[in-house]
Amino acid sequence: MQLSARPHQNATVLAASGRIDQNSSDDFLAALQGHLEGSDVAAVPLVLDFSGVDYISSVGLRALMMISRQVKAKQGKIGIAALQPLVREVFGIARFELVIPCFDSVDGAIAELSA
Amino acid sequence: MKVKFWGTRGSLPVAATAADIRKKIIAALTAANGRSFASADEIEAFADQLPFAVAGGYGGHSSCVELLCGGPEHVICDLGSGARPLGQAKIAAFGPACPQDYHVFLSHLHWDHLMGLPFFVPLYLPGNRIFMYGCHAEMEGAVRLQMSEPCFPVLFDQAAAKIEFHQLEPGKPYDIAGLRVTAKKQMHHGDSYGYRFEKAGKVVVYSTDSEHKNNPQARAGFVEFFRAADLVVFDAMYSLAEAVSVKADWGHSSNIDGIELCQEACARRLALFHHEPVHDDARLDALLADTRRFEEISRGNGPPLEVISAYDGLTVAL
Repeated sequence: MQLSARPHQNATVLAASGRIDQNSSDDFLAALQGHLEGSDVAAVPLVLDFSGVDYISSVGLRALMMISRQVKAKQGKIGIAALQPLVREVFGIARFELVIPCFDSVDGAIAELSA
Repeated sequence: MKVKFWGTRGSLPVAATAADIRKKIIAALTAANGRSFASADEIEAFADQLPFAVAGGYGGHSSCVELLCGGPEHVICDLGSGARPLGQAKIAAFGPACPQDYHVFLSHLHWDHLMGLPFFVPLYLPGNRIFMYGCHAEMEGAVRLQMSEPCFPVLFDQAAAKIEFHQLEPGKPYDIAGLRVTAKKQMHHGDSYGYRFEKAGKVVVYSTDSEHKNNPQARAGFVEFFRAADLVVFDAMYSLAEAVSVKADWGHSSNIDGIELCQEACARRLALFHHEPVHDDARLDALLADTRRFEEISRGNGPPLEVISAYDGLTVAL
């Protein structure tokens, strides 16, 4: 699992890649929290680019839930963009689209969340 | 060994409404599309092709599961409202003149898991013996309470059967009614306990009213508890999203957790159980399809895990 920041004028965009499962979710969560501490989510939304994520398990989804709570506690907005079809299916089965908004593209997420 | 489900609903019994039945009839007639049938067999064959939510249904009794082990003794997990039809079936099979031994394992003492006892007819027949097992020190008090004024008109002491209470220690194996039984503490308000039953190389795990969190140590404990089970009866009341957000700490789990734990434990079959009372049959059908799909997605190189959804009246042969 890798997480890298991509500069953008209207959002903090973090691109994740690989599998987010029992072996990698702690690193994923720690990396997300590190970025969260250094960014003003109340001013600019947080967009997770999931185009490089191959799989996410329940432990990864739980990590996303924690981050979502932390973002909302700071009056910020979070969205997930460009999910691969299989990952989107997992989100649908887990009903996670009701917890964190999902978007087809990073640009679409930024436009919606920064509006 | 066989497992028969007498009650599969969580929290509260439910019944199909007139609108639910009408919806099924309309769906069946729509599927028939004007077709005529030459015989009752053709009608039966047509009905068998319909979705389970149309031609059947999951039922609405609260938790009650029977283990059919081939011996003379009866083994039951929980006494939800499903214990009423179970008791009637026993009376029909054995009659009042043939006393029986019943071994009942209680997951916990919440109402939906006890409410069938006052309607369990063998309770009132002299000669029957009912052995109640659980890990809660308050077990006998809770059972007596629901059969006392003003909760119920028949008092516990009016039961004619001989009733014994045995408190079990979690993690310690016991030999009861020809089964090796081990209890495990689970996360639920006031605690609940799962049971692992083993006999002649077959393993059934009954694990309901159990919440799973992001705790690797606890997870490893459940993987061991489920290890190589032929059937895991699993609390899949909520979606994962509900279980980690609005219904966190409500003491229940999800289909996703059930799949992942069973896959890691190399279990052979998962039965979704303790169905959410607000879900209708169509919703439960869809949940089963979703769960099977998730099993495919998450399987990796492991063996396939069979996924079923328990319904009142289902018998599973192991």
